[in-house]
Amino acid sequence: MTVTESHTPEPADPSEHAALAIDGLEMSYIVRGKPRKILRGVSFEVRPGEAYGLVGESGCGKSTTAYAALRYLPGNGVIDAGRVLSGGEELTAMSASQLREFRAQRASMVFQDPVQAVNPVLKIGTQVAEAFQVMGQSKSEARVSALAALERVRIAAPESVMERYPHQLSGGMLQRVVIAMGLACDPNLLVLDEPTTGLDATVEAEVLDLVRDLRSELNSAILLIAHNLGVIRTMCDRVGVMYAGRIVEEGTVAEVFDNPSHPYTKGLLNSIPRRGLRKTDRELFAIPGSAPPIGADLPFCTYIDRCPIATDICRSAVPPIVDRSDGHWTRCHHADRIGDVPEPDEVTVPYDIGTEQVIGVEGVSKTFRQRGHEVPALVGVDLGFAEGETLGLVGESGSGKSTLAKTMLGVHAPDEGGAITLRGRKMADKATSRVTESVRAISMVFQNPDSALNRAWTVRRILQRSVVKLTGIKGAAADKRVEEIAEAMQLSPRHLDMRPRQLSGGLKQRVAIARAFAGDPEVVVCDEPTSALDVSVQAAILNLLARLQNEERSSYMFISHDIGVVRYLADRIAVMYLGRIMEIGSTATMFDGTNHPYTEALLSAVPNVDGVAEDRIPLTGSIPSPANPPPGCVFHTRCHRAIAGLCEVTVPEMVELSPGHSIKCHLTVEQLQEPIDVDASIISAEAAALLD
Amino acid sequence: MTSSQPPTETPAADPVEDAKPAAAAPIAEGKKQIRKEQLRVLYTSPGFIVGVLIVGFWILASVLPGVLTSFDPKEFVEAGPRVKPGSEAWLGTDKNGWDVYTRVIYGARKILTIAPISTAVAIMVGTFLGLIMGYYKGWVDEILSRVIEAILSIPIILMAIVIIFTFGRSTTVIIGTIAVLFVPAITRTIRSAAIAESDLDYVMSAKMRGESGFFIVTREILPNVVGLVVVEGTVRLGYAIFTYTTLAFLGFVGGNITDADWGIDVSQNYEQIARDIWWPSIFPAAAIASLVIGVNLIADSIDKAVKS
Repeated sequence: MTVTESHTPEPADPSEHAALAIDGLEMSYIVRGKPRKILRGVSFEVRPGEAYGLVGESGCGKSTTAYAALRYLPGNGVIDAGRVLSGGEELTAMSASQLREFRAQRASMVFQDPVQAVNPVLKIGTQVAEAFQVMGQSKSEARVSALAALERVRIAAPESVMERYPHQLSGGMLQRVVIAMGLACDPNLLVLDEPTTGLDATVEAEVLDLVRDLRSELNSAILLIAHNLGVIRTMCDRVGVMYAGRIVEEGTVAEVFDNPSHPYTKGLLNSIPRRGLRKTDRELFAIPGSAPPIGADLPFCTYIDRCPIATDICRSAVPPIVDRSDGHWTRCHHADRIGDVPEPDEVTVPYDIGTEQVIGVEGVSKTFRQRGHEVPALVGVDLGFAEGETLGLVGESGSGKSTLAKTMLGVHAPDEGGAITLRGRKMADKATSRVTESVRAISMVFQNPDSALNRAWTVRRILQRSVVKLTGIKGAAADKRVEEIAEAMQLSPRHLDMRPRQLSGGLKQRVAIARAFAGDPEVVVCDEPTSALDVSVQAAILNLLARLQNEERSSYMFISHDIGVVRYLADRIAVMYLGRIMEIGSTATMFDGTNHPYTEALLSAVPNVDGVAEDRIPLTGSIPSPANPPPGCVFHTRCHRAIAGLCEVTVPEMVELSPGHSIKCHLTVEQLQEPIDVDASIISAEAAALLD
Repeated sequence: MTSSQPPTETPAADPVEDAKPAAAAPIAEGKKQIRKEQLRVLYTSPGFIVGVLIVGFWILASVLPGVLTSFDPKEFVEAGPRVKPGSEAWLGTDKNGWDVYTRVIYGARKILTIAPISTAVAIMVGTFLGLIMGYYKGWVDEILSRVIEAILSIPIILMAIVIIFTFGRSTTVIIGTIAVLFVPAITRTIRSAAIAESDLDYVMSAKMRGESGFFIVTREILPNVVGLVVVEGTVRLGYAIFTYTTLAFLGFVGGNITDADWGIDVSQNYEQIARDIWWPSIFPAAAIASLVIGVNLIADSIDKAVKS
């Protein structure tokens, strides 16, 4: 590669001090016998004690960079050029034994999925102790060190955890164990690859808090890989924005997020709902097109095909590094024209919501029987959907959101007494016994389109089957209808004859949405439809959902972990905990400050991309088992405002605070509004939860 | 150690206002490209070439044996009996004065008929049962699972003896026997795949629009396990060849002991190895081995190419 490729705006010899310095790294993967370029000259450094974040969409090479930082490369990965240095030593030139020594003594990595990072058949204590034995400690010393390490990551009752097996711990606790193991060697460099991606928002917040606390105790440098911009903003000092194997912008988090200088960074930030944005304000910005495929030959600006301000010069050369302010640079030919990047469209069409209830969920409970035990997964759920309305449904995993969706769609029959109604008339319990009119009325968009679409079918067949089955239209009319639906989803005719695996994630989700709309439904249940997608694709899907709603007048039940997304799309929000609706109200009232304590904790757990630091209310322990719900208010075991002697005895009734805004809580509005003193009572509360 | 998977294909782009119709071409090309590259991996793999050569030779032998030899399997050749391999008879002659090479060539037909047919029968029955068990689960699965375990617990040869002595030794019974022996293993494989498929959301989605169980099993799930069925089929074919020759060796295969058949020839001539007359038994045995190896080489190469 050319010399301009690998130059970095840094002091003369930074590699002497940097905990990690990557210099002009180029890498390829060998796929089917051919090398495919994945990194096209990545250069950055992580200084001692610094937290450096890498963001970017999937396939941009950020995980590859993380692995390369410790030279953990997959079998088909090849380094074409560049160097990786840590503390002045060159990893790329180390022998296998030196590398082992380096990883054992000076660097650690925490992977995305803690379940896969631990050995399921060994006790936690044995595994943590092993990390110390590698360091040369004796067995008994290592056990003592392991106990201390678990205490250090704020695990409650570490002695008892030492004796447990991985499957007996929750995901959040397991991730802490993995971090404890990673810290065993007191590393100079800690690489965290999407450490919180698989976790609930509340657990994510806990793990992030822990890493933040540990930073002040340790002097290790952190390289954090995340696709969640909020996580990077709250955790890191500096950030590098990666796109198609190059870093396109780098600077302090505040500079980069508040004053983005690369069109890509700006596009990313505009694609997420920030600062309480609503669908009635403006559309989200969906970056057009898609990232260049891995292996493409790109001797110029990688972002050119999606860039709104690109000119001919962009196709002629790799853009130079342009300094914006101290330590903040961008790799763009037109850094001074960043203001020309257009803002997303304002929404002019008014959203109007019908008054009549179309679909009703009336007193629905669902009890599963497991080995003779009754497990109430839903308890007395009442919801109503008006025409054109979006109801956001939030809650941690295990709160019964998916069970509610499946009960509405007739996969589970509700318990005696509950009913799903269509314009006031009760539907049959099971989908197979429902009349076509009822089956058509509710449809679903699943979280993971890879699983939701039959991979053996073409898109046309997937859509045709739903059209024929649900509307009874046949033959040429059905073909025409399929094409109409596809067009409404911005799918082009050529996509119809493809199979799902030939489509990108965003397109697959469009097909899934198209299928959901095939029967002209009254309510579409969207179960985390964007959580598997990159933010720019998420923006396109959310825009599509919003537009379709206005055109088709259908209602949504929008299930999501992402409070920002729910806030953007939903007209009303319902909060679920342990199969019960704890709070329901219009989106505006939900964010004006008076909430159920559970909602309050959920809202405070969201990592904020705008960098407004708020005190987080810790939601301690894990969600209780539905098989054995706590007496009284089910939330009292984790509530920071619980009143002793009342909450654990009496079940609270639904109380209407203002028209349409109800909560299930004993506390008065004044009590709920009292500021809460956030103290670190995590350990004691968690110990209690653990000893249950 | 790492879990980072380099993507192996290029999916179509998201079209959010992609105003370039030209984008269609590279995508279609991408798919063709992958096929082409996979085929190239297949065609250039030495295992595949060797396998095709071996199996191709035996198929030719079974279809047109006259092309490969000018003798008849029961023709007394000029050289006389028990002649060592050499210029008079390439692979020697046996105790009856028959040409070993000719018998090996003619022996291919029967094995190449019975083994594929019995494998096909076993695959069809096993796939059907596996899909039913995997989708419906519950008591259907319980009952069939017990039956399969019962069959698996009986030694193969014992089972074969019981069936053949009960129903006779016609070709149909032989095919049926081998099929019965293989159904349990195939059923188990397909069942576990069907269970995994049933947990996917597309099956849930089909249930939600009120599809029947029959539709879901045959139209939704079956096409997704076809690849597994093919792989399972090629693997079982190798075993079927072995099983058939074992039965032939033991004398359970119908017809006459003078018929040209690898298993029969081995059993008729192996005792003479003690008298240093090794060629009438070793060459048919080598033929069996080469066919099994050839089939497995092809199976492995296809498997690798598909996964590359």
